[in-house]
Amino acid sequence: MPDMKLKLKIWRQKNAKTKGSFVSYDLDNVSPDMSFLEMLDALNKRLVEAGKEPVAFDHDCREGICGSCGMYINGYPHGPVPGLTTCHLAMRYFNDGDSITIEPWRAKAFPVIKDLIVDRSAFDRIQVAGGFISVTAGAAAEANAILVSKVKSDEAFDSAICIGCGACVASCKNASAMLFVSAKISQFALLPQGKVEAKARVRAMIREMDKQGFGNCSNTGACEAQCPKQIKLTNIARLNREYYKAY
Amino acid sequence: MNKILFSAVSKKFVMALAGLFLLLFLPVHLGINLMLLKDDPQPFNSAAHFMATFPLVKVVEILLFLTILIHVVYGITLQIQNWLSRPVRYEVSNRSETSAFSKFMIWTGGSVLIFLIIHFFNFYFIKLGLVEGDPENFYSIAWQLFTFPGYVILYWVCFILLGFHLFHALQSAFQTLGLKNDFWTPVIRGLALIYAIVLPLGFAVIPLVIWLFK
Amino acid sequence: MITLNAKIPEGPLEEKWTRYKSTTKLVNPANKKKLDIIIIGTGLSGAGSAAALGELGYNVKVFCYQDSPRRAHSVAAQGGINAAKNYKHDGDSVFRLFYDMIKGGDFRAREANVYRIAEVSNQVIDHYTALGVPFAREYGGTLDTRSFGGVQVSRTFYAKGQTGQQCLLGAYSSLNRQINAGTVTMFPRRDMLDIVVIDGRARGIIVRNLLTGEIERHSAHAVVLASGGYGTIYYLSTLAVNSNASAAWKAYKKGAAFANPSFVQIHPTSIPQLNEFQSKLTLMSESLRNDGRIWVPKNKGDKRPANDIPEEERDYYLERRYPTFGNLVPRDVASRAAKERCDAGYGVGDTGLAVNLDFRDAIKKQGKKVIENKYGNLFEMYQHITGLDPYEEPMRIYPAGHYTMGGLWVDYELMTTLPGLFSIGESNFSDHGANRLGASSLMQAAGDGYFILPNTISNYLSGEIRTPRVPTTGAEFDEAEKNAKERIDKLLSIKGKNTSTTFHRRLGKIMWDYCGMTRNEEGLKKALKLVDELRKDFWSDLMVPGEGADLNQELEKAGRVADFMELAKLMITDALNRKESCGAHFREEYQTPDGEALRNDNEYSYVAAWEYNGDNEPILNKEPLKFEFVELKERSYK
Repeated sequence: MPDMKLKLKIWRQKNAKTKGSFVSYDLDNVSPDMSFLEMLDALNKRLVEAGKEPVAFDHDCREGICGSCGMYINGYPHGPVPGLTTCHLAMRYFNDGDSITIEPWRAKAFPVIKDLIVDRSAFDRIQVAGGFISVTAGAAAEANAILVSKVKSDEAFDSAICIGCGACVASCKNASAMLFVSAKISQFALLPQGKVEAKARVRAMIREMDKQGFGNCSNTGACEAQCPKQIKLTNIARLNREYYKAY
Repeated sequence: MNKILFSAVSKKFVMALAGLFLLLFLPVHLGINLMLLKDDPQPFNSAAHFMATFPLVKVVEILLFLTILIHVVYGITLQIQNWLSRPVRYEVSNRSETSAFSKFMIWTGGSVLIFLIIHFFNFYFIKLGLVEGDPENFYSIAWQLFTFPGYVILYWVCFILLGFHLFHALQSAFQTLGLKNDFWTPVIRGLALIYAIVLPLGFAVIPLVIWLFK
Repeated sequence: MITLNAKIPEGPLEEKWTRYKSTTKLVNPANKKKLDIIIIGTGLSGAGSAAALGELGYNVKVFCYQDSPRRAHSVAAQGGINAAKNYKHDGDSVFRLFYDMIKGGDFRAREANVYRIAEVSNQVIDHYTALGVPFAREYGGTLDTRSFGGVQVSRTFYAKGQTGQQCLLGAYSSLNRQINAGTVTMFPRRDMLDIVVIDGRARGIIVRNLLTGEIERHSAHAVVLASGGYGTIYYLSTLAVNSNASAAWKAYKKGAAFANPSFVQIHPTSIPQLNEFQSKLTLMSESLRNDGRIWVPKNKGDKRPANDIPEEERDYYLERRYPTFGNLVPRDVASRAAKERCDAGYGVGDTGLAVNLDFRDAIKKQGKKVIENKYGNLFEMYQHITGLDPYEEPMRIYPAGHYTMGGLWVDYELMTTLPGLFSIGESNFSDHGANRLGASSLMQAAGDGYFILPNTISNYLSGEIRTPRVPTTGAEFDEAEKNAKERIDKLLSIKGKNTSTTFHRRLGKIMWDYCGMTRNEEGLKKALKLVDELRKDFWSDLMVPGEGADLNQELEKAGRVADFMELAKLMITDALNRKESCGAHFREEYQTPDGEALRNDNEYSYVAAWEYNGDNEPILNKEPLKFEFVELKERSYK
């Protein structure tokens, strides 16, 4: 495949206090083998070499697992290919001459810090409130003393693979964090180790979630469609059940 | 206590329960309305009379109005919160493949509410004596209304929108109540589809039949 | 000159740790909350130790450069985590795990430390399981294991291809529990710029708040570095692109010796470079070698599509050279063999810098379904990145910089040569010798963090209970902050033409070419010169736009690259000094006639601990390695 030419329209915002706006850039020589972030690297190289500030975006592992990256690309969080994070989105999925609009995650609970970087610390606060099993180092029993059915364990794993990127909130028309919270609740609800504190956990996490300014779930399912780890909506149903059980 | 009643999960729970209760009422209403198709006004009018006077129904009626109120107030509250949770909108609107019906619940619900208010002026307020009319002859009021093409079109539009509302509402309610898994989800979806088509269709055919055959 | 005292406890190997724990000094609970501990990094070792120290009642402050502790690069480990549970009843034991690590590390690690990590490995699995880490299970409900690169027992616990993520999230959850309890305070988006030393002891750090650019001072009674490895010195590596050596490097410059810096593991199975802007090499888990067969064409420059090359024209070179271990030889051996074939002109793909990893036979034998179950997510990832379907044609793989066995020198207590400064996880040098075996990094990081450091740090802190909370106003803090600010100003003021990434890429190329999978004296000497030139260029032609008092990612990168330039010289110096081949360190001058590593135990059975010496050449300190419990052997996988 030959190199591509792209028209980029990127949200630029100096910091949380200033107003941002879209800036357009033309970018040539985009190789289809590049990742989306490498395409932005190429743009940034050009900007920096001209002494201009590059487009700021969060990124780290660049292999789809740390959850740092995330941008809203042409109306899709993490871009149009399901099951991929932005760093794994190859430019192969775009065409020569495409216009690409890149926006930061938009949510009251995720204020913009700079350009495409948003503050996702609300997620950490929810986890701090109760996303754990209270076991002290040294207190654990022999691992095989706890038997867990393979089916349940695999199901717990499917919930546990959430990377905390925030695409669920970004895609939800209500900016709700229910999929994120439900993934953690589900992981622990499915395992015997998590049952002891199940009630306190779900209460604490929902209380904290409500404090952070996320919207309410309307069972639309955009979160499930856009989750790069394809975490299922059934987790939210389980979260609801766990919550009712807690009262 | 506040936190329990007004948490994001509880609000949805209340919405779902209220909605499901309203879903139970609709078939009853439809059953009575179908009597409009009889040439004899008597059965319809007696049913209406029964509904207006039987003490137990009175109790249910209060419950029903309360439920509507809760459903509406919670629905509006949730919607306002949802709007506020994204103060800056996206430039390109979301293109995720999702249930379109869920995105317009406030609008489909709102239309149904407007219809409900009109409906109150036409019938319920007469019964209460707030609007002039004969509470013992709703049959002829209904027949008369169906002679206005404007009214019938409004009536149809509202029932189509109600269908949209119900289709998402039923599935959503079960999800909110925590009844979702790989087995039940398709079943519930199927039931929701049937309910959302059959019920509004039942209401909508009445003026059609009256026009065509009466 | 520093003295290296490894403080190895007396007694038989299997009793050392128990004896140590029973006799080490403790801090009473009332005093613990008066003692502050700073931890840099929130990976498996950092988050684990923060949680464990918080649970003990110390007052802990944790720093990471990411926006959340959950993003530390432990998250990316795929294959698994070792433990000597012997659940498979296949003859495993603590001693065997210890022995495999010593042998795999080519007899360049300290016996007592390695035995201890093997010993605590079982506790790590118990703890993670209790924390709700969803490890793979058997149908009966017990934990499943698999065998993993370079060993003959099945001792690797795993959670599909995301073991690191699951373990890290477990560690993150225990960290969160302590944040909730108020024993741990979390400081995300901070870059450590310097260590503050007062009266010869580590007493604090200078950090830059990456959001505001503000320079902050934090003090403590002890500082723990859990800042990971420095594999990104190659620019292209399997590490997170922001992983860096700066914290360890600053510690080195403040008096902590740096051990075996040239010991870097090159992972054999990464997706090869595809474009010139490539920023990262994505790993394909080593577990793929359990079923995939590695081959290149027998004929030089055979450019036919892989599927068109008949069986008899394929060279399964690992199976040919190492009939016993075949495709499962340790990483260093597999990587070098791939390089050897490609250098000889047998490589595949456009660049010729790749070999085939073929699942054709496995799919034929076990069925596509089974292979999909085992590796589905990896295959999918491969297809997304390369556009090629590994079910239909062989994967193309090539080695990539992966893990650094070298790191800060630590004694048995995991303390560096700078009193009060500890180093855990990949940031220290301790347990993997000259080569790390697969699935041992998670084990070591978690073991260090949860079960070793909390026991050893009390020995130091028991002497600190009379030290009041350290003020951040002293001259040492002023000085460190001033230096940090001056460097930032300098980086910002060059206003040259090239980005720090451009320099990083150039540095990486030099290191990869001359101080990578194989090294030789001539090349290393050339590399020293090249790095010196590049460094001069860097300080005169760097462009960092923007300001210091703002979120400035170019400035962050520039500071890290500046440190890599200095570390590169130390790596090369170390590689030059070690005139033998051992583990991942392969000096071309020292090899057997059939191309295997040739160790020199008489002269090089030591840890090279380099001491910073200002602008002069670093000073080499040697910690002799005594093997009392194992016999030194040639490491053969034939």
